This record gives sequence, C-alpha cells and structure tokens, in this order.
Amino acid sequence: MYRNKYRIIIPFLSPALILYGLFVLYPYAQAMYIAFTKWKGLRKSPRFVGLRNFEKLLEDDHFWSALTHNVIYLVVLPLVTLGFALFLAFMITQKVRFSNFYRITFFFPQMMSVVAIGILWSFVYHPTIGIFTSLLQALGIADPPVWLGDPATALGSIALVTVWQSAGFFMVIFMAGMLSIPKSLYEAAAIDGAGRRTTFFKVTLPLLWENMRSSLVFITVLAMDMFGITYTMTQGGPDRATDVLATLLYEHAFLHSRFGYATSIAMVYFIIVLILSLLIMQMTRRETIEF
Amino acid sequence: MHQVSRWSAISTQTVLIAWSVIVIFPMLWMVYSSFKTDQELFFSPWAVPTELQWDNFERAWTKAHVGEYLLNTLIVVIPALLLTLIISAMAAYVLARFRFVGNRFLFYLFLSGMLFPVFLALVPLFSLVNQLKMLNTFQGLILVYVAYSLPFTIFFLTGFFKTLPTELEESAIIDGATPFQVFFKVMLPMASPGLISMGIFNFLGMWNQYVLPLVLISDESKYVLSQGLAFMLFKQFYENDWSALFAALTIIMIPSLIVYITFQRQIQSGITTGALKG
Repeated sequence: MYRNKYRIIIPFLSPALILYGLFVLYPYAQAMYIAFTKWKGLRKSPRFVGLRNFEKLLEDDHFWSALTHNVIYLVVLPLVTLGFALFLAFMITQKVRFSNFYRITFFFPQMMSVVAIGILWSFVYHPTIGIFTSLLQALGIADPPVWLGDPATALGSIALVTVWQSAGFFMVIFMAGMLSIPKSLYEAAAIDGAGRRTTFFKVTLPLLWENMRSSLVFITVLAMDMFGITYTMTQGGPDRATDVLATLLYEHAFLHSRFGYATSIAMVYFIIVLILSLLIMQMTRRETIEF
Repeated sequence: MHQVSRWSAISTQTVLIAWSVIVIFPMLWMVYSSFKTDQELFFSPWAVPTELQWDNFERAWTKAHVGEYLLNTLIVVIPALLLTLIISAMAAYVLARFRFVGNRFLFYLFLSGMLFPVFLALVPLFSLVNQLKMLNTFQGLILVYVAYSLPFTIFFLTGFFKTLPTELEESAIIDGATPFQVFFKVMLPMASPGLISMGIFNFLGMWNQYVLPLVLISDESKYVLSQGLAFMLFKQFYENDWSALFAALTIIMIPSLIVYITFQRQIQSGITTGALKG
C-alpha cells in the first residue's frame, strides 16, 4: 500500500507501546518479583525472602477472614444478582408497559461512582438519620440491627448495595441476548403449549450462554474487587467483618508500608481471578447457536 | 387462559414498580434531604424540608471543596480521555490494517493487560510514579489513566477498524494523501461510532475511578471527585455538617443523571458492548 509502511507503523504504535510498557507491563512484571521480597517503604529497597510472605499469609487470620468474605461474595453475588437480573430482563422483554422506563431506571445506579453509592447507602443504613431503620420500625420490627455497625449484618448490607447497583447492568446485558432470539422460536414454543416458565428455561436460557459467560466473568471480577464500596462504607470493619483482599492489601501497602507482603496478597488475588475466569470460559464453552 | 395472563401482567408490573421504587427512592431521598437543616435530618429523616436550605450547596461547593474536586477531575479526565482515544486509534489502525512481523504478538501483548487486576500493580506503580517525580501531579495521574485504558480500547478499536471498508482509504492514497492525512481525514471519521462507544466507556471509568487517585494523589488540593467525597466522609466533616455532604452528593449526581437521560441509549450500548466484547 505504502512504499515504506514502517514509517507509519512505528510512529503510530510507539506512543501506545511506550505508555503501556512503562505504566502497565513493567509494574506487573515487577509485582511478580516484589511478592517474594520484604520491602518496607520507598526509601528502602526490596530484599528477596523467597516464599516467606506466602508462609506468613497461611498463618494470617486477617488474610483468611478477608479471603472468606471474597468467597462469600463470589457465591452470593452471582446467584442473587444474576438470578435477579435474568428475572428482570425476562419480564421486561415480555412486551410490558413502560418497559423503556424500567430499563432506564434500573441501569442508572451503574453509572454512579461506587464512592457516591457507598456514601449514599451509609446514610440510608445510618441508625439515626437513615430511612432503613425507621422503615423497619414502622413495619413493627422493634429493634432492628445497626446494619453497618454490627459484624453480623455488615457484610450482607454491603452485598445488598452491590446487588442494588449492578442488577440493572446485568439486566441490560441479558436483554441484549434475549432480544436477539428470533420471535419464531417463542411462537413455536407457544404453539407447543409451553408456559412462561418452560419457555424461559427451555428456550431463553439456553440461548443466552454468551451473555451468561461475560456476566459471570464480570461479576467474578466485581466480587473479588469490592474495594471502593467497602472502603467507603466500613473500611473493612467493624472488627474486620467486611475486610476483603483488596482492602487488606491496600492497608498493608499504603497505611503500613509493607510493600512486599501487600503484593503477595495481590498475587493470591490475581491467581484466584485468573483461575476462576479460565474455569468460567472452559465450563461455558459450548457451540454458539447461530440463527 | 385470559384470566391467567391478566394476573401475570399485574404481578409483573407489581414487581417492576417495586424495584423502581427501591432504585429511585434512596436517590430521591438524598436529593430532598440535601435541602434540609441538620436538625431536620436527624429528627425527621423521612420528612421533606420545611424550607429549602440552598446554603447547604454553597457550603458543599466552597467549604467542602466540591467545586475544586470537580475542576480537578475535569483537568485529569478530559486530557486523559482524548489521549486514550487518539493513541489507541493510531495503534488499532496499524494493528488492523498493516501486515508486519510481530503484529499478532503486539495485539496479544496489549490484550494481556486485561488479564491482570490493577491491585497487583499498585505497589510497583506507586514506586514508579514516585521515581518519575510524578506523585501528586495531574500529569502523572493522566498518564496512568491513559495507560490502563489502552488494552481494552485498542482491542475494541482494532476489531472496529477491521470492519471498515478499504475503498476510501485506497482511493485517498492513490490521490496522494500522506499516511497521516489518510488516518486523520479518512479513517478517524469513519471510526467515530467506535470512538464514541469507547469515549463513553472510558469516560465513566475515569470519572468514577477511585483506587488509582487514592494511591497516586495525597495532596488534598489535588483530590479528584470520588476521592474528595470519600475524604469528606472520613474526616467526619459531616459530624457537624451532614447537610453539606448530602448537598455534595446531590451536586455529583444531578449532572450525571441529566447526561444519562439524554444519552442513555448510547451509554447503555457503550457499556454493554464493552462488557460483551471483553
């Protein structure tokens, strides 16, 4: 096409490559080493300690409790959020009135920053200025818990906010899949006398694998992260009841300057995300159905 | 038969209306509460304000620095977004349209950036930006935002450039246009739908970004919005001024609501095509 194509390729690619190499690849490569070092603060330099950080992790109660909370999110969030989002998407695509209004409304929380949402909901849950507690009292529950202040309810309260924020997002992803299913399939199902439930499980759901796979990967990443919402609502408290790996490693790195140890937590975090994503890709690998 | 479907229509509407209320009411509550006095906030959380306290907004804007945080956010996000789009489009154009040794390799190299969680890079990134003397600077944050937006944007735009027809490009070359002219005058305009999708996608990501500024900016006067809001909460500003914090949240939410309602189709498709391709 051009006489000397490298005179285009090089200047066009190099800004991206330089920025990406310097700020993305280089730090990730370094992290693989830092996880095996002891490094206490910027003024010092990292010292290689082999697997010591990981041995310490095994005996670190804070690490196990943070990991447990991530695992709880990993189980609860996909089930509740994706289940609910599917339900909403199915109802909205059934020619209901105001479906546009619902679609627009349900998606909106996804647009807001998790920090704004975290603050908003810490107000909602607040025992004196919040509306949640007085609502429950009005419904006859005399002594509702202090949602974010009680270790027994804090984690669930945060999970609920995440469902509130992201259900509409996953709903829109599922709707995209549902709307691309040809009408003729539904008509055929109706002629065969299939009810709504049968139609959903036998026609809709099997044709949504692509969307389901993306959603599962997304919600896995979300359940492993949870940093912004946790950090604004509880900072991992009360009494570490809502700590997750991300808040724990942030605390080690930037409040106590334990850079090596923090990065070893990040390694565990990374490996879990990687394995889960690969598993999801593998398990949902099916023939894509072409219409 | 008719009876049944009528019932199911009513129950469907009931569920959808209930969820709408659950989604809308907390935000609505926040908006009308931001016009109340602290007294009213504490003693009658459900009630609407007796008198509109506009000065809550004034305090939020000036004393709580929301105006400053907003300005800082714009100073970072606008250049970062423009740079992301132009740098990614250039790289994606070359990767999509030119055959050369290492093309595939570079494509997958960029793609690999999506595999890693940003938390893994935090410590080395912090140390690197410190070495570059760019901690607490807007340019440092801008470059980091751009770099972390590249993998997905390049991936998306490469796919997009591949679908564009080649005729216009070829005839421009025959007419003697330089490669830069071809790219800026022919290819970029054709790619604008893809650029808009990625613009929306990255704008929201950058606007709402929290952990990167938290790590890279510690100077209060340079805080971006999400960071500043969280800071207001932490320093317990609200203990004596809750109403200003409600007002601050309202200030943040209203513009995004307006933008969202105006562009909701583009935004939803921008975000979900982003999600589905990734």
